[in-house]
Amino acid sequence: MKLTGAEIFVECLKREGVKTLFALPGGVVLKIFDILHQQKDIDVILTRHEQGAGHMAEGYAKATGKPGVALVTSGPGMSNIVTALVDASMDSVPLVCFSGQVSTSLIGNDAFQEADNMGLSRPCTKYNFLVKDVNDLAVTIKEAFYVATTGRPGPVLVDIPKDVSMNKTDFKYPGSVSIRGYNPTYDGNKWQIKQAAEAIAKARKPILYVGGGVVFSGASEELIELAEMMNIPVDMTLMALGAFPGEHPLSMGMMGMHGTYWANMAVHYSDLVIAVGARFDDRVTGKVSEFCPHAKVIHIDIDPTSIRKNVNVDIPIVGDCKRVLRELNQILRATVNGEQKELRKPWLDQIHEWQRAHPLTYEQDSNGPIKPQHVIKRLYELTKDRDPIVSTDVGQHQMWAAQYFKLTKPRRWLTSGGLGTMGFGFPAAMGAQAAFPGRLVLCVAGDGSVQMNTQELATAVVNKLPVKVVIINNRYHGMVRQWQDLFYEGRYASSYLDVVPDFVKLAEAYGAVGLRAAKVSEIDDVIQEALAVDRPVFVDVPVDQYENCYPMIPAGGCNHEMILADPPELKKKQVVGTPVVGEDKDTVLTA
Amino acid sequence: MAGARTPAISHTPFAIGSPLIFMEHIISVLVENKFGVLSRVAGLFSGRGFNIESLSVAPSLDPSMSMMTIVTRGDDRIIEQIVKQLNKLIDVIKVVDLNENEFVERETALIKVHTKPEDRAEALRIADIFRANVVDSTPTTYTIEVAGDTKKMEAIINLLQPLGIKELVRTGRVAIAREPIRPATAQPKRIAKE
Ligand SMILES: Cc1ncc(C[n+]2csc(CCOP(=O)(O)OP(=O)(O)O)c2C)c(N)n1
Ligand SMILES: [Mg+2]
Repeated sequence: MKLTGAEIFVECLKREGVKTLFALPGGVVLKIFDILHQQKDIDVILTRHEQGAGHMAEGYAKATGKPGVALVTSGPGMSNIVTALVDASMDSVPLVCFSGQVSTSLIGNDAFQEADNMGLSRPCTKYNFLVKDVNDLAVTIKEAFYVATTGRPGPVLVDIPKDVSMNKTDFKYPGSVSIRGYNPTYDGNKWQIKQAAEAIAKARKPILYVGGGVVFSGASEELIELAEMMNIPVDMTLMALGAFPGEHPLSMGMMGMHGTYWANMAVHYSDLVIAVGARFDDRVTGKVSEFCPHAKVIHIDIDPTSIRKNVNVDIPIVGDCKRVLRELNQILRATVNGEQKELRKPWLDQIHEWQRAHPLTYEQDSNGPIKPQHVIKRLYELTKDRDPIVSTDVGQHQMWAAQYFKLTKPRRWLTSGGLGTMGFGFPAAMGAQAAFPGRLVLCVAGDGSVQMNTQELATAVVNKLPVKVVIINNRYHGMVRQWQDLFYEGRYASSYLDVVPDFVKLAEAYGAVGLRAAKVSEIDDVIQEALAVDRPVFVDVPVDQYENCYPMIPAGGCNHEMILADPPELKKKQVVGTPVVGEDKDTVLTA
Repeated sequence: MAGARTPAISHTPFAIGSPLIFMEHIISVLVENKFGVLSRVAGLFSGRGFNIESLSVAPSLDPSMSMMTIVTRGDDRIIEQIVKQLNKLIDVIKVVDLNENEFVERETALIKVHTKPEDRAEALRIADIFRANVVDSTPTTYTIEVAGDTKKMEAIINLLQPLGIKELVRTGRVAIAREPIRPATAQPKRIAKE
């Protein structure tokens, strides 16, 4: 029997095990939506904006490890999802995005709602396909899933012209595909792994610098074994949080621009950096020429281009983190003895010294304004037993969440790292919730960021996605304000938000639950109340507007030169009490 | 061991007009012969700030693949990144930095010389010296075809310029390794198994 392209599309998705599709319709994809409407295996979640669909698919993918799938229409549907595609390429998220396209006979004619989807997505996908013939559709979809999920994962776009979805052909779904120009390397070079093992056994001051690759390859177990066996402290990048248990004695927490003092000192003074699934991003290295100046570097990554891109590497190993670590552990197991622990004792003592000297701190006055760190810390403490999935937006609140949430397992942390996309958190949480209906999914949001996707409240309500969004409401683009405090003499150019919606009423307007914690004493109760309802909740927490996030390595600074607190000249400006609004903003905070 | 770490790429990326202090490299890139591949390769160079001095492309012996010859400049680490990034493209089947071994390179140019009657003989003489061919001629022009390496191109252009070059087109360089390089692959381009 012959099937239409639309039927083939749906059939292929079923064969790929797709359970949830984040989608928004339009003229050229109506045929596909019509077929989707008549089946029950794939749950179609209608979003209110294509960017929302894209971030939901990302949240789904980050939480499950399976590809997130989205379907959008041509033209504006496609251009609206571009941000999510860029985000997914930066953070190596496996996505398969389907876009509608005008009929093949119209392509290139500036037809209604035509956009050059291939051109738009080329720089922000791992690969993209235009299906010109319905006979190629099934194989192309198979290839799209294959490319998105293998090697270094990433987003793939499949552009489907309207006539391709209408035309008919015999349906045959390939069991497997291979592409001659695409052969990811999974097994590390044995000789290099042996070199690495020797370097690790000898090092006195080693540090593991682990990134998102550990999460994607599912290498946490191997990482824990390596760290414990050889007594090596673990620095995590923003993307890696949860890859190593946050409360483990060897966990140094997050490194980088807003990483912990000891994580950054440790990498700076180490004699051996073992980078695993990380890419030496500038937010981690600071000034590249001063990054770990005393260390030999081992770099394990599945993407050869990540190696020696930013930093010179002594022992490069191209391969899948899990496989390489497993092999490394096997060699080390044979050589390990009590000596290594002894050898590294002074190093660990030194790190504990750093930990004691500059722990993460904030001062919460029980009658004063709520400190943002305090809300996040309480949220963590009140939910940690439930093993929540936590998403964030982008800004100060994101960094505080990264500092205070000590996640125990991978795939619990959904954040936009490489691109830093405001508005990511809420839809990403919804995507994760769609994958795990029974689990607790939290979103630590910023008042600025959350406004970039609040329309998805409707999607959350309709689809019964009971995510708990805690809005750290400082009425500022806080991170921007912090930079202005530190580097622009307190001139708050376009960082004050002036009007912030009443988030309680906003949630209620959509039929969600809105709550507010206005005083320190209310925080716990309000969080408990939010956790108790089985509906989406916005919790508005007005916080100290002028709190800054530390430690901080100024952009391009060295990792051991952190700003640990507001400089004294800035302190004067922090006269808080009544929220500063409107006209006094200049007077209060100019030096 | 102490001291500053050398960043892998020690300068700001450059776009056009690469600093000549960097060594020139000729890179052969075997790619899928299908639409969009050229823009993927060009997009890679422009997006990452790598320089292209010339690029030529045409189908290879196997018509399902094309061979690109890219002339670029960079220090070792930039070239290493270029080769790796090219390899990462899914439509790229094989990348060879020809500078790693001996190679021969050629370029072809068509030069249309505007000739005054008294210069026509001189134009032919110059063409002869360079073993160039006159492939077309009108009462006022000669079109000369010349093939060779860059030096030869520049030499003939310099000599013909005083006579009046009206138009000049160059193919960009193509190059080939002297020793046989293992053929890329005999694999069909996509395999879909039941
Ligand atoms: C889409 C987008 N636009 C602009 C920025 C630049 N930016 C980074 S953080 C930030 C402020 C975020 O404000 P908010 O969400 O309130 O978080 P806060 O820092 O106050 O916690 C801005 C504007 C960005 N990251 N993303
Ligand atoms: Mg804010």
